[in-house]
Amino acid sequence: MIAVRDTRDRSAFVKLFDHFAPRLKGFVMRSGVSSHQAEEIVQDVMLTIWRRASTFDPHRAQVSAWIYQIARNRQIDIARKENRPMPEELKEEPGSASDASQILGVEQESVYLKQALAKLAPEQREMIEKAYLGELTHQEISAQTGLALGTVKSRIRLGLERLKHELKDLKP
Amino acid sequence: MRVITHHTPDAMLAAYAAGNLPYAFAVVVASHVSLCEQCRAALEAHQMIGGVVLEETGAVGVSAALKDDILAQLDAPFTPEPVFERTGAYPGPVMEALKGRPIRWKTLGMGVRQDILSADRNGSVRLLYIPPGQAVPDHGHNGVELTLVLQGSFQDETGRFGVGDLEVADEALEHTPIAVEGEACICLAATDGSLKFRALMPRLLQPIFRI
Repeated sequence: MIAVRDTRDRSAFVKLFDHFAPRLKGFVMRSGVSSHQAEEIVQDVMLTIWRRASTFDPHRAQVSAWIYQIARNRQIDIARKENRPMPEELKEEPGSASDASQILGVEQESVYLKQALAKLAPEQREMIEKAYLGELTHQEISAQTGLALGTVKSRIRLGLERLKHELKDLKP
Repeated sequence: MRVITHHTPDAMLAAYAAGNLPYAFAVVVASHVSLCEQCRAALEAHQMIGGVVLEETGAVGVSAALKDDILAQLDAPFTPEPVFERTGAYPGPVMEALKGRPIRWKTLGMGVRQDILSADRNGSVRLLYIPPGQAVPDHGHNGVELTLVLQGSFQDETGRFGVGDLEVADEALEHTPIAVEGEACICLAATDGSLKFRALMPRLLQPIFRI
């Protein structure tokens, strides 16, 4: 992803495609769309990844988390013909140094997360999946996934620390 | 910058990440996250869980033509999406909802003004301007009401809300928000149902003002 972002590396993009396109297709098809429609959405998402690569920041997000958000937004924008409101981007100081330990921290969190998800009872895990596939309202998420979500989220501790670290580097 | 004490509920952040909040609520949550570090970090945690769900979804083979189609389009010209910057008290997502137009305040009486950004059967989102010391008529809700303070502050039966604070009011809450003395209070407010005013007049005016 970094090669796609920094050097517009097409072979790196092909690798990204080979890994994510089939997963994205499976992910999108779980909402009940046809194989053909799913591929149209995958195409849209992959092109969005290429075009918005400059906004990817490994200090803040895993590639899969970043692609997840693009995929959900594009899927809904296409279905409802509207633009999902997005938060303002954090403005990073140009040339601020990359911090390997922070990037590693993000990677480690996602390993912990996978372990936490794997330990859930099957019906709890199914609820979590439904929530992130956009099949539950916020009231349903609150009522049905509360405990499981708390367990899973407790594995992500670095979030706020990461943010503080980053803000410290910003211009006053 | 003041410390934000009233945050977006976690389930609402999850639904926002999953794209399953009504548009009106999504504008408010995106605005709150723009102002609140803590909720930005919490949102990123939800995106990370979503990313793991995506990673672990069973892959489905894609057609051979798909890759070629995409690669052929990489160099095609495209129009980048416009970036809406924070302007004064108004965060980027509010500027986006205004779609480049200026704010057009319409008076609701007693100095209270509003500008409806969007309203349809799934809910509405509006800017509210409340003069210092002024109360918004006592009202209940048919659904959930989100109120994000952009300027000044207000207080009601549940506490005091300043810039960046988000109040989540549900059907059980009948409240009378009052703008605190000093600066006029400007809020971004969204509902997924219509408000129920207790006083007769406002109820008669509801269809006119689309509250």
